[in-house]
Amino acid sequence: MQPSDDVSPTPEPQASWTPLLRARRAALKWAQKSVPGVRGVAGCGPSAQKWPGPRDFLACGQVHKRRPRILMREGGTWGRARAAAPEARYRAVGRADTPRAAGTVKWEVEQVKLLDRFSTSNKSLTGTLYLTATHLLFIDSHQKETWILHHHIASVEKLALTTSGCPLVIQCKNFRTVHFIVPRERDCHDIYNSLLQLSKQAKYEDLYAFSYNPKQNDSERLQGWQLIDLAEEYKRMGVPNSHWQLSDANRDYKICETYPRELYVPRIASKPIIVGSSKFRSKGRFPVLSYYHQDKELNAMANRAAGKGYENEDNYSNIRFQFVGIENIHVMRSSLQKLLEVNGTKGLSVNDFYSGLESSGWLRHIKAVMDAAIFLAKAITVENASVLVHCSDGWDRTSQVCSLGSLLLDSYYRTIKGFMVLIEKDWISFGHKFSERCGHLDGDPKEVSPVFTQFLECVWHLTEQFPQAFEFSEAFLLQIHEHIHSCQFGNFLGNCQKEREELKLKEKTYSLWPFLLEDQKKYLNPLYSSKSHRFTVLEPNTISFNFKFWRNMYHQFDRTLHPRQSVFNIIMNMNEQNEQLEKDIKDLESKIKQRKNKQTDGILTKELLHSVHPESPTLKTSLCFKEQTLLPVNDALRTIEGSSLADNRYSEYAEEFSKSEPAVVSLEYGVARMTC
Amino acid sequence: MEFAELIKTPRVDNVVLHRPFYPAVEGTLCLTGHHLILSSRQDNTEELWLLHSNIDAIDKRFVGSLGTIIIKCKDFRIIQLDIPGMEECLNIASSIETSEWRLSYVNKEFAVCPSYPPIVTVPKSIDDEALRKVATFRHGGRFPVLSYYHKKNGMVIMRSGQPLTGTNGRRCKEDEKLINATLRAGKRGYIIDTRSLNVAQQARAKGGGFEQEAHYPQWRRIHKSIERYHILQESLIKLVEACNDQTHNMDRWLSKLEASNWLTHIKEILTAACLAAQCIDREGASILIHGTEGTDSTLQVTSLAQIILEPRSRTIRGFEALIEREWLQAGHPFQQRCAQSAYCNTKQKWEAPVFLLFLDCVWQILRQFPCSFEFNENFLIMLFEHAYASQFGTFLGNNESERCKLKLQQKTMSLWSWVNQPGELSKFTNPLFEANNLVIWPSVAPQSLPLWEGIFLRWNRSSKYLDEAYEEMVNIIEYNKELQAKVNILRRQLAELETENGMQESP
Repeated sequence: MQPSDDVSPTPEPQASWTPLLRARRAALKWAQKSVPGVRGVAGCGPSAQKWPGPRDFLACGQVHKRRPRILMREGGTWGRARAAAPEARYRAVGRADTPRAAGTVKWEVEQVKLLDRFSTSNKSLTGTLYLTATHLLFIDSHQKETWILHHHIASVEKLALTTSGCPLVIQCKNFRTVHFIVPRERDCHDIYNSLLQLSKQAKYEDLYAFSYNPKQNDSERLQGWQLIDLAEEYKRMGVPNSHWQLSDANRDYKICETYPRELYVPRIASKPIIVGSSKFRSKGRFPVLSYYHQDKELNAMANRAAGKGYENEDNYSNIRFQFVGIENIHVMRSSLQKLLEVNGTKGLSVNDFYSGLESSGWLRHIKAVMDAAIFLAKAITVENASVLVHCSDGWDRTSQVCSLGSLLLDSYYRTIKGFMVLIEKDWISFGHKFSERCGHLDGDPKEVSPVFTQFLECVWHLTEQFPQAFEFSEAFLLQIHEHIHSCQFGNFLGNCQKEREELKLKEKTYSLWPFLLEDQKKYLNPLYSSKSHRFTVLEPNTISFNFKFWRNMYHQFDRTLHPRQSVFNIIMNMNEQNEQLEKDIKDLESKIKQRKNKQTDGILTKELLHSVHPESPTLKTSLCFKEQTLLPVNDALRTIEGSSLADNRYSEYAEEFSKSEPAVVSLEYGVARMTC
Repeated sequence: MEFAELIKTPRVDNVVLHRPFYPAVEGTLCLTGHHLILSSRQDNTEELWLLHSNIDAIDKRFVGSLGTIIIKCKDFRIIQLDIPGMEECLNIASSIETSEWRLSYVNKEFAVCPSYPPIVTVPKSIDDEALRKVATFRHGGRFPVLSYYHKKNGMVIMRSGQPLTGTNGRRCKEDEKLINATLRAGKRGYIIDTRSLNVAQQARAKGGGFEQEAHYPQWRRIHKSIERYHILQESLIKLVEACNDQTHNMDRWLSKLEASNWLTHIKEILTAACLAAQCIDREGASILIHGTEGTDSTLQVTSLAQIILEPRSRTIRGFEALIEREWLQAGHPFQQRCAQSAYCNTKQKWEAPVFLLFLDCVWQILRQFPCSFEFNENFLIMLFEHAYASQFGTFLGNNESERCKLKLQQKTMSLWSWVNQPGELSKFTNPLFEANNLVIWPSVAPQSLPLWEGIFLRWNRSSKYLDEAYEEMVNIIEYNKELQAKVNILRRQLAELETENGMQESP
């Protein structure tokens, strides 16, 4: 057992390192001073002083495997191209100009085939592949565009040459997998090499965020960065207060490099205590406030319990340990790997799917994180106890558990803005190593791990169990996931606040949040009910059968696997429509009133007649909503029958047809003359 | 049946008539008991009167939603009608088409096939005598009958019991003639056998078998294995056991879910149904479906194929009719199959959740096309409950013959009469329904086929929050309707005020 890997109220007590006792005491005093209803974040026990365990050895012995880097020939040109590129492509994934118009196309290859990932009959679309400074773009013969951001590319693989060309498989961090067939091997080799270079940057400054330009001026950009204000958030929680104060101990990142400058600690914790505690903790990550649970009844309890805490500062009798087995980042990485291998299989059987799901362990890990968060929430709400959460370093599992626990406790975090705050607080500011975990730069592949993805998945599971408790929808989670890897915005670059400041991200890049907020209509949950107070603390059910495979995440881009009509979209559109209709009713009513008045006055202006005419364009649009707002749905309907070749799901039911007999009409032909 | 009863659309406007040597005429097309009439309805009225009995053959074509019917007459004249609207065109075409099918009363005493209803649809060219002969060649007397007619292209689904070829390869000329009678000239068809080739071969030893290519050269046989009987029952028992044990850790839950094989069966059945639908709609080929008896997997496939192909079967009345036709009348032995469910220790070999699997498959399609069904999940759950235990007579007995003997029509109430009351119906109506006239192709990938929680986790966890969310969704939709109605009223009011004003202004 490795206690340091688990969530526990204080550091493990069993050790007998006498020389360290003082530091320990300081740390303990610390943990106990935190009042109930308060959680702390910390690094783990004294790994700095401890003899490194076998895992640490592994970590030390790691050879940084770097792929041989191929220097780009015309670096200068690239620099210019990159600077021009970004506005062509997405504003928080928006529209794009044609790449050629933007003048950023590096090269293009024609007659490239895009294979359907799951087709057993090797269906494909033919089109042209373009490489721009920031994206790989495929435009098929129906003018449908597939954009792949270079930073999203997790791996590029060149398979053995076939008769139809050279296959190139690209796997992306957002779980898109594309399989191209390039007619000429030389072209394929060039694409392969270019993508290898472009997808792995050596320095931060080469990442998309540093060239991305959404056409905002400096003050707009700065405002964007100020949108999420953590000081404001602590104020909302109710700190500083009589027990907690803002400490300036880490003002210059002297005590802990991976913590933010501003930290909340118990009033009683003097600077020497903090320093002592930080020496005792891995990476100097001494216990600090993560979330203060404000509840009238609880607060009273908290004060009392806190008093007790001081009396007992020399023993641990009022501290309970709870170890929850959340595995380390390496286990999580290989678990996801296995999961993706299984669900990427063509012609997957139900049994292989479930045995793969089981052996990957993925849902087991998700459940473990969820269980830990529930334990934490219960300790605070039911037992009125404070909780100290830590793992080995306190930036992976600790972030997962603290943020998820806060989400269960506080309905604010279930709003769009609140969720941004939560991520800023528990993940970004407390030093979750986004750049290492997401592999933003060409670094140690062993540092990559889907820790944040797991957090998003846990949140998704909560939205499934409590469909009305969250202001945002699945789309919001997917979009955030997209951007932790996109390197398009500065928020997730770097591994801690100190590094972010050094990179001058606030001056050189944009924050994601204002863009998401601006687009928030897209991410609203139409069933959200903010009024219901019953949802104050969520108590999810974690019996195994509640955990399902998140198809919309791991098969986000595999359209054939998804329902063809989205209830969610329809309800969302209907909500919007209802708002419009309400406005129309008000409008109409006032016009009727106006007209009635005018009638009595006997005055009638032509202008008015025109403006209230029932056929007036404004009214028309609102009443023709069926055609307009439900468009996405209609679009889905239109494609049901497989009018587009990309969509002919029906050809996958039987291999019998692919092993076709000459006398049988071929399927593609069958499509062409489908009605007679 | 009088011809007039076959007329589905008696009148269509804006039809364009093309005849040799005459300019095209636009007018209204009317179908009467004896004539097809096209009138320009103008002063210099041009009219075409065509006797139905003069029609020798028709062809139909579609370009977008514009349909064209080419009528070839017995006096060698050929005329063309352009009809806007696919539905209208199909209705007109099917009304004037000379049917290749007839109703047969050969089974009116249940003597030819005890598990068939008294009236069945068979090819016109096959007489009752031939049917009797074919019945002796098919398992349980279940000779091939029409299950579904695809209006769009005239292709059909037929179903039957297995042919009794035995080990010495017995054949039956009438059987071959019957099923060939369903093929158009030069067309080929598919026989979907719901057993694996191996099982089908073994069946010969017991007197059963399958159609030999040599004797049915126009047909291609496809084996799509669907499990039967105790294997399905065991699957259900294992699944329910897995769902009921709340102490399972994740690995154990997943491995038990897998070991139950329930979702494998779902995938197999759906795949076979999709294949059948694909033959009809995409390959333009007619099909014959059978397994051994033709009362279980056969019906799963024929009924699901109709859900995929036929929009009407996705409405409440249409689905009720489908169950009546493809399950009750078609002789699925409900009494035997649904005698016990997952908890009973006395396992009888004839017990099997065949109907529940069908309902689960419908639910899977409903989930993938949540707006294409008039009914909701509760409707399917209700049917599941009534198939196993019911105060109504509908699911009693194993076939029509037994139900007649039991005098259920006189002695019991029909489930449908209860369900179809407006008060009940509202519980089963899908608020998202919007008629979708297309063929719907479901995904059969395991990632797309989840466990039916509404049935299997129903008593194992609270669905409070999910139910509340559903209610909220219904509220939003209801509110939307209300607002729309209100806007319309206000618009009318405003328009009236305007005309009033207008009149005041210009006396």
